[in-house]
Amino acid sequence: MLRENQRRFKFDWITIILFLLLVGFGYLNILSASHVGEITSYFDTSQLYGKHLIFIGLTFVLIVFILSFEAKFYERFASIIYLVAILALMGLFIFGKDVNGARSWYGIGSMTIQPSEFAKFATALAVAKYISDLQTNMQTLKDQIRVAAIIFTPAILILLQNDAGSTIVYLAFFFVFYREGLQQVYLIVAVSLILIAVLALKFGILTTAIVTLLALLIRYFFRKKKRASILQYVLVLLIAVGFGYGVKLFYQHGLKAHQQNRITIFLRLEKDPIKLEQMRKREAYNLIQSEQAISSGGLTGKGFLEGTRTTGKFVPEQHTDYIFSTVGEEWGFLGSSVVVVLFVLLIIRILYLAETQKSQFSRVYGYGVASILFVHFTINIGMVMGLIPTVGIPLPFFSYGGSGLWGFTVLLFIFVKLDSNKINEW
Amino acid sequence: MRKLLLLTTVILVGLVFIARLFYLQVYGGYEYNIFEDSAIRKEYNYPKRGYVYDRNGKLLVANQPSYDVMVIPREVETMDSLKLNEFCKLLKITKEKYLRKLEKATNYSPRLSSPFVQQLSKTDYAVLQEKMRKYDGFYIQKRSLRSYQTTIGANVLGDIGEVNRAIIAKKPYYKLGDLIGKQGVEKTYENILRGVKGIKFIQKDRFNKNIGPYKNGTFDTLPKPGKDITITIDAQLQAYGELLMTNKRGGIVAIEPSSGEILAMVSGPSYNPNLLVGRDRSKNFNKLYRDSIAKPLFDRGLQAMYPPGSPFKTLNALVALQESVVTTEERFSCAMGYRYGNRKMGCHAHRSPANMNIGIYESCNAYFANVYRRIIDKYDSPAEGMDNWSRHIKSFGLGNYLNNDLSVGQPGKVPTAETYNEGYGKNRWYTTFTISNAIGQGEVLATPIQLANMAAAIGNRGYYYTPHIIKEIEGDTIPLKFTTPKYTTIDKRHFEPVVQGMFDVYNKGTANMLQVKGIEICGKTGTAENFAIIDSVKTQLTDHSIFVAFAPKDNPKIALAVFVENGYFGSRFAGRMASLMIEYYLKGEITRTDMENFVLRYSLEHEYQKPFSGEPFGINRQTTLEAIDEKAFQKLLKLKAEIPKS
Repeated sequence: MLRENQRRFKFDWITIILFLLLVGFGYLNILSASHVGEITSYFDTSQLYGKHLIFIGLTFVLIVFILSFEAKFYERFASIIYLVAILALMGLFIFGKDVNGARSWYGIGSMTIQPSEFAKFATALAVAKYISDLQTNMQTLKDQIRVAAIIFTPAILILLQNDAGSTIVYLAFFFVFYREGLQQVYLIVAVSLILIAVLALKFGILTTAIVTLLALLIRYFFRKKKRASILQYVLVLLIAVGFGYGVKLFYQHGLKAHQQNRITIFLRLEKDPIKLEQMRKREAYNLIQSEQAISSGGLTGKGFLEGTRTTGKFVPEQHTDYIFSTVGEEWGFLGSSVVVVLFVLLIIRILYLAETQKSQFSRVYGYGVASILFVHFTINIGMVMGLIPTVGIPLPFFSYGGSGLWGFTVLLFIFVKLDSNKINEW
Repeated sequence: MRKLLLLTTVILVGLVFIARLFYLQVYGGYEYNIFEDSAIRKEYNYPKRGYVYDRNGKLLVANQPSYDVMVIPREVETMDSLKLNEFCKLLKITKEKYLRKLEKATNYSPRLSSPFVQQLSKTDYAVLQEKMRKYDGFYIQKRSLRSYQTTIGANVLGDIGEVNRAIIAKKPYYKLGDLIGKQGVEKTYENILRGVKGIKFIQKDRFNKNIGPYKNGTFDTLPKPGKDITITIDAQLQAYGELLMTNKRGGIVAIEPSSGEILAMVSGPSYNPNLLVGRDRSKNFNKLYRDSIAKPLFDRGLQAMYPPGSPFKTLNALVALQESVVTTEERFSCAMGYRYGNRKMGCHAHRSPANMNIGIYESCNAYFANVYRRIIDKYDSPAEGMDNWSRHIKSFGLGNYLNNDLSVGQPGKVPTAETYNEGYGKNRWYTTFTISNAIGQGEVLATPIQLANMAAAIGNRGYYYTPHIIKEIEGDTIPLKFTTPKYTTIDKRHFEPVVQGMFDVYNKGTANMLQVKGIEICGKTGTAENFAIIDSVKTQLTDHSIFVAFAPKDNPKIALAVFVENGYFGSRFAGRMASLMIEYYLKGEITRTDMENFVLRYSLEHEYQKPFSGEPFGINRQTTLEAIDEKAFQKLLKLKAEIPKS
């Protein structure tokens, strides 16, 4: 009986405390970023902070619900949950509601639900289920194609709904695949392709070709054994140049104007500094405001509810994607660093727990959770601070919104449940 | 290894983020300053600048509203050419000027506001005010400009102008576009007249709209109005003095000996203070500033240092009595001058030998050379004697700044033993080396206000109040240093013979032509030799005409020094003007219209042209008087009649 009790409460409290800290601090910042005039009541549901408080309340109901299922339930029903998520995404094309040009929401009365937020954990479950199958071997091309299909199905559906930001998140699963045995060459190719893309955009095709050629020559001469034929090297070079050219074409013709501008500003592709500055002012308004708000916070910040740029609503979308700028302005370097550290600790904790799982399903899922949180964290805060081009995705547990908060909560607490069950595994 | 990829990436990203935060917030971040926060609008409310009244309560300086267009460059949107054209038209500037001004403001600070177009006319303001909200980053700031109720006293009243960046750096109260006293009482009493501007902090949103007071207005302040001041100037006397100085260059400083209050402070040539108000200020100021010949901005009453000449002899007489080196009755002979060694200091024909009374009213050089030698030679070494003499002279306020409340001034010069030690070497000079000091030439230099103060001290028989311009400050007292008498080193009993001598200057001496019926005037004429460098040759010009006086003889009401550049001998212009000023002040009218006509009719402009004519010219005795034409003369008489009575 005693052992039963112990087992039941064997949840990882460190993870849970980190989660609570992030949600709580997130709420304070949403309160600051969204209040208009005096705060009369914290439960004023006509205000965003009032609504968010309700979302947080419902989150706890959700947590109890998730934890009450058998751990095995998630493994067993992973495929069905995934299918439901895919159907929900597809249904958007018929029943969906357009918000800001993206068809990502279901409207139920005054409520809206964004299925893409829930598709993440569903996909993570499906990936874990597929990889943990005894017959799956990530080294084989067949399985690689199948898991790719698992992640690209929702990703493409979401891209078609004009939500490019959420699509990028699915690239997070690369970390999972790599952990589970994907060949190193993929990593090398991925990094190379990113470098080639940047080179091609920034310095042109000729420079790209020369740099690639040099890299190949170095590799050729240092690799005394098992040299590939010259022909293969020429082929690689051609592919690299072709890819660079393709990226350039895509940048010029394939992107929407605002996406193109974001990349132009980020990579400083415009040579004329005055024009670039004008472009920044025109196209990167959010970013400039967000950077200014963060900078103005200084070491200790202006204090809770005291941020002048937050109060003046200078940063558009500050309560959602740009919530971190509120932290920067009102809590300063100290508060912002604490948030960064909390996220890093949470992700590391999940990774640690994942590695200690006895079942491969739990481990893969845990890795998926860590990867998804990591990509969100990196892209969101990187964007708000101007380190990467603007991509609109929320900061987990922080940004305003029910679907987002619930999506991440489900994602995390399924893992908490799986983890709590590890003693029963063998 | 595979386990470590994500782990290391996570830690790396965390570190990069903290580094970026450090760069943005600590390294590149600035100390939070609400004045630089573009989310907070700062609305200044400029207080009423204090009014300036003359000693009789006549309003001299009031205010008029003025409107400036201000710009905060960072908030300015790029306008298409149509909108820009329209805006430039409203502002009445060209497109190029618009861009130039915007660039200049951006260079100063993109965050802070800079003046864009200043001092709009009322009609321009009315039109612009309606349309202002269409142009982001621009707003209208109301200020208060001066409105002079008079055309006189430009050098006394001074003016206000825009603060420059050097001032802002030193005094953070001022923001670009603010006005500050630049000259005269506007400068010395800036802090009292200015008041304190009020400020409102308003939270803006990103559309530049006000959304309410910042922190419920906790930091807001109300403007504190500036205090009115009353100055010691008698506007009527000042106006009359300026009229007398027409077509002449020089200065008149009149002081009330019983209080040290400056009754008039004339500097010629003068200008209308209204020239330095409004949009044309800088144009007009530059014109005045660049006039390096007439130097209208040079206050000759305060800044011009000249050898004081004969009026200085009165001090030597006083020092001699104090030091008991002569009695009033001791006589010295004068054979058209004073011989020392193989040199001679010339004098004019008069009764000889002369006692102190004759010495003063005949202005005998030989008499004072003898007296001066006794003063210095009383001691074992000339150095000791010189320092003792210097101490007495300085006690009359000569040789140093008066430390008063005027915006400009000069120390003048009274030599000490050190002066000659430097020139000749220690113990290598004798009293005769310095003999010119006896007659106020030599190394002595004084400004007209110092001479007027000297006259006041003599009139007071031994003390003076620091000459000052402030009479009353609304709800405040004037500084104690202006109401505390300063005593000279001469005992009261020694003054009477000297005062009598100065009185006799009027009775039977060099100024006997200048008497005014019913007023006992004590005075002393003077001339000062002066030189100019013409084509790198030191050339002597016609002497400056100097006159120092006080009246009445007992309990004087007015003491003054008059100084007319190149006016020749003392009684010719300066003496006449002094008598006229005294009569005008004491009687309120002029009975000696002959003197007045002389002063008004004769111009010295031709004299001032001489050094620039490029031709040889005569001085002093070779000069002639040149009358202005009748029409101009009548105009001056009319101006006199129009001086408002106070």
